[in-house]
Amino acid sequence: MIAVIDYNAGNVQSVLFALERLGVNAVLTGDHAQIRAADKVIFPGVGEASTTMYFLRERGLDVVIKSLTQPTLGICVGMQLLCAHSEENDTPCLGVIPQQVKRFIPVKGEKVPHMGWNSLSRCEDKLFTPELNGEYVYYVHSYYVEEGPYTSALSEYTLPFSAGLHKDNFYATQFHVEKSGKVGETILRNFLSL
Amino acid sequence: MLAKRIIPCLDIKDGRTVKGINFVNLRDAGDPVELGAAYSEKGADELVFLDITATHEKRKTMSELARSIARHLNIPFTIGGGITSIEDADAMLAAGADKVSINSAAVRRPELIDELALNFGNQFVVLAVDARQIDGEWIVHLNGGRIATEIRLFDWVKEAESRGAGEILFTSMDHDGTKAGFALEATAHISELLSIPVIASGGAGNMEHFYDVFTTGKADAGLAASIFHFNEIGIGDLKGYLGERGVVVRR
Repeated sequence: MIAVIDYNAGNVQSVLFALERLGVNAVLTGDHAQIRAADKVIFPGVGEASTTMYFLRERGLDVVIKSLTQPTLGICVGMQLLCAHSEENDTPCLGVIPQQVKRFIPVKGEKVPHMGWNSLSRCEDKLFTPELNGEYVYYVHSYYVEEGPYTSALSEYTLPFSAGLHKDNFYATQFHVEKSGKVGETILRNFLSL
Repeated sequence: MLAKRIIPCLDIKDGRTVKGINFVNLRDAGDPVELGAAYSEKGADELVFLDITATHEKRKTMSELARSIARHLNIPFTIGGGITSIEDADAMLAAGADKVSINSAAVRRPELIDELALNFGNQFVVLAVDARQIDGEWIVHLNGGRIATEIRLFDWVKEAESRGAGEILFTSMDHDGTKAGFALEATAHISELLSIPVIASGGAGNMEHFYDVFTTGKADAGLAASIFHFNEIGIGDLKGYLGERGVVVRR
């Protein structure tokens, strides 16, 4: 059973539809026991970091997520919240992956949010299989995770940043895997077959 | 590298695509979901659906449409047409829309931009603006370009950005339907003035026009309707052409 964590994330419906298109039955749930018992957990996220952390804490989901041992996939803000700290309203996050979340500083002519399709590089992971190098995925974000020891794929916008993270059973994508066309479907399938 | 986006726009009335669609190999060319999926298959980067239905049941029909699109489409889409409140926007988000576009409602009540950005995030709010030149000055128009205001285009987009719009969809009424090319100077000016992405709309007639709007026009995305609907330009061909000329596109 695949559990999609139910809280105020804006892209929950899109994630459920993406799983449905892959023929996967997923349960949208905020129930601690059900999440703990799931084969795999998806932690979606669209929204502002501090508000989102507040919703997680209010439901006791912060403790649940940190304790998960099955393959868990954070998406977009879900990925950022798995990190230690976000510059977005100076928010302490879950601390599962010891990385900082920083705000893009627009350089000449570049826009923030980083919005649209950008290419992947350095794919060498179970999620980011090598044939995905050069493929495009869909991003919408103003904050990013620097390249670091847990970076599992890179994209570049004003600087190289983490397209994906992987530490132990925790996987994450900064882009919207649920909206990234066939490439997104490949990555979701890779996660589901872990 | 971040790619320039190609965005087909579909006008919807009572759940059906309107404005002449001439697509081959579709069972039902009026079905927005099927048409959207066909565009996605051909390589469209995003889609915009504008609902021009005018009934009191509008929110319900729009949210059903958004839900159906979200269920079948694996690329992002914006839905707009008559969104005037948090409740309207919330229904679209819950249905699976990635963004909403607001136009006249934001001109009449600019606080709508702040409210939507605060509740759903800047990335959810596309400020659409229709403008034409009057005595050399770009002036914002309402109701699909029919009603002139006294608001200057460049002032308005700047205000929209500061209120929290995440993207600007700029349509030049002077260029729309001419097939003579986009409003390059005005688009470039908006793009330089703001630090949020700009979608250029109105005037696309050939592939070179897209090249021009991405280079001279400094647009982040190019939007068009009829030239795609009537297959005058294939999206795959367009991307091939742009790629060969050094524009970064997703292929």
